[in-house]
Amino acid sequence: MRLVLVGTSHHHAPVELRERVALDRERGSTLAERLADGGGEAVVLSTCNRTELYVAAVDIDAAERAAVAALAELEAEVEPALYRLRDHAAALHLFRVAAGLDSLVPGEGEILGQVRTAHDAGTTRTLLDRVFRQALHAGRKVRAQTAIGETPASVSSAAAALAEQVFGDLDGRSILLVGAGKISEQAARNLLSRRARIAFVANRTLDHAADLAERFGAEPLPLDRLEEHLATADVVVSSTSAPGYVLDAPAVERALRTRRGRQLLLIDLAVPRDLDPAIHELDGCYLYDIDDLEAIVSETLVGRRGEAERAEAIVAAEAEKFREWQASLDVVPAIASLRARAEEIREAELRKAEGLLGRLDESQRNAVEAITSQIVNKLLHLPTVRMKQAAAAADGVIYADAVRHLFGLGEDER
Amino acid sequence: MAELLFWPTLLLYGEAAFGYFGYARRAGAAGRAAIWGVRLGWLAQTALLAVQATREGGFPWGTWAGSLNLFVWLVVTVYLGVRRPYRLLGLAVMPLAAALLVVSRAGGGTGTGARSHYSNLFLVLHVGLVLAAFAGFTLAAALSAFYIWQERRLKRREVTILRRQAPSLATLDRLASRAVLFSLPALTLGLAVGLVRLFADGRRVDAVVVATALTWVVWSAYLVLRAARGWSGRRAAYVALAGFALVIVVRLALPAAHFA
Repeated sequence: MRLVLVGTSHHHAPVELRERVALDRERGSTLAERLADGGGEAVVLSTCNRTELYVAAVDIDAAERAAVAALAELEAEVEPALYRLRDHAAALHLFRVAAGLDSLVPGEGEILGQVRTAHDAGTTRTLLDRVFRQALHAGRKVRAQTAIGETPASVSSAAAALAEQVFGDLDGRSILLVGAGKISEQAARNLLSRRARIAFVANRTLDHAADLAERFGAEPLPLDRLEEHLATADVVVSSTSAPGYVLDAPAVERALRTRRGRQLLLIDLAVPRDLDPAIHELDGCYLYDIDDLEAIVSETLVGRRGEAERAEAIVAAEAEKFREWQASLDVVPAIASLRARAEEIREAELRKAEGLLGRLDESQRNAVEAITSQIVNKLLHLPTVRMKQAAAAADGVIYADAVRHLFGLGEDER
Repeated sequence: MAELLFWPTLLLYGEAAFGYFGYARRAGAAGRAAIWGVRLGWLAQTALLAVQATREGGFPWGTWAGSLNLFVWLVVTVYLGVRRPYRLLGLAVMPLAAALLVVSRAGGGTGTGARSHYSNLFLVLHVGLVLAAFAGFTLAAALSAFYIWQERRLKRREVTILRRQAPSLATLDRLASRAVLFSLPALTLGLAVGLVRLFADGRRVDAVVVATALTWVVWSAYLVLRAARGWSGRRAAYVALAGFALVIVVRLALPAAHFA
């Protein structure tokens, strides 16, 4: 059984093409079943950045043709944008994908869950089950041993990470959203995922504020009541379409008097800006606008690329382990035949000696069984180990053939 | 024997200091090497103190250099207790520990045989408590310095702020105030025991006693202003650094005025 990968990704195809070969979980699962028909295995990994078909089959050329045809059925124009990888190269690619090294944003964490989902929805047996499990292991290992996924990769996650730099654990920290649009909501969700509490939603149109506030269990406010709630908020996230400042420095300064030195983080995601830049000069206030956050994200992406070098080494080591395991599959049938043959001989010899053994009691018979089994196991231990080592060094097939020849394995069938 | 234990202690603390510099640049092996340096160095220094304490002359608490040796041990002990989430704090603590250990050795504080004319009970209550308090204040000052550094990064909107993450402002502030909260009672008691002994012996108040009392006033103000006026964050950090400056003055004045 060998492994083949056929697919396309953001490196090879624009979004207009990728979206035409994208498959949801159900359709991916159906396609995997179809490709695995006849004793093979298949997994379909389809995300917004890639659609990849992993197929394990004995006839690898036929499997590759079937996979290409399946994608061409979805969109004929995709064929020039397809890549085809086999065995070790296919496994290495999957490991890099799972580790986020092939992603648009290096180290992004979402892909690991998508690989897991694809594995669950696929038709897997020995080979694909192993390669996907090892890919998930490699992805987790990269995240644990490098800092590739630790830094934020978007403006809203950078805002949440900044809040953690000021307050530490955000559990129960009070958030005041100014503006009820998509950007506010996205930033709010990021803060919520870190257990912060959306306490207030302020907007020029109170109905819009009420809609968003209801979703977060917050209190809606008109913009003119913003100042009075600054005293209790820890983080202010603003993204209105107001032409001028919705909050100026004197208003914040007045609110600071009742805060007893508590820090206040203000995130201004609006263009033109909502928050007076002079607020940043106030003691205990930290104001970041969209440019500041984008500069931070760019910097963290540079860091991610640096960490990617370390991640590549981890992934390469995991791919090598997989190669060794896959190579050992070449000698497994020979080892199994050899052990079966040895066991057959042992049992036959014991049967021949039945006349002598018949006079032994139960415990003596058990002792004879144990001793003969030990002799067989010890005799076969070293050849088994050596064959596996030879398989890892790519000589496995030669050794397996030699063993079959020397011990006459499989000759009875012929 | 003490000599044999001093050098590994110094080397390991020095290694830890360099390790933390490496760790600040990039997480990984340097950080692990640093923490093992702290752990093994602390064990070596503990053994050194034990050897000093069991020698005929007793542990030289009654000398400024000996007390400095104990002070370093206390600072490293406190750091080991809190370092798990604040590993980078070692960047402030370990170079200081290594440097003070060298000063202690120069003054003969890491050897054996220096006999103190004070009783062990008095040494434990006075020197032990004052030094424990100073160790706590040192930690509070290190945390406060860290706070000022981190706050400056936020104010300057440094683009590397999320790449090289430090403990949060709120955490540093809270931890510094807790260190003071535990240390001030120790200083109060240690100072009181010293004053009782001083007046019982009919001796006069010296400059070190005055400086220590002033230190007590500053650290008390730290807690009072925090509770009554909401002085936290940067203002509290500056008060802590002022208090620590007095701790240094007291430590430097000890050989000249208090152990004379």
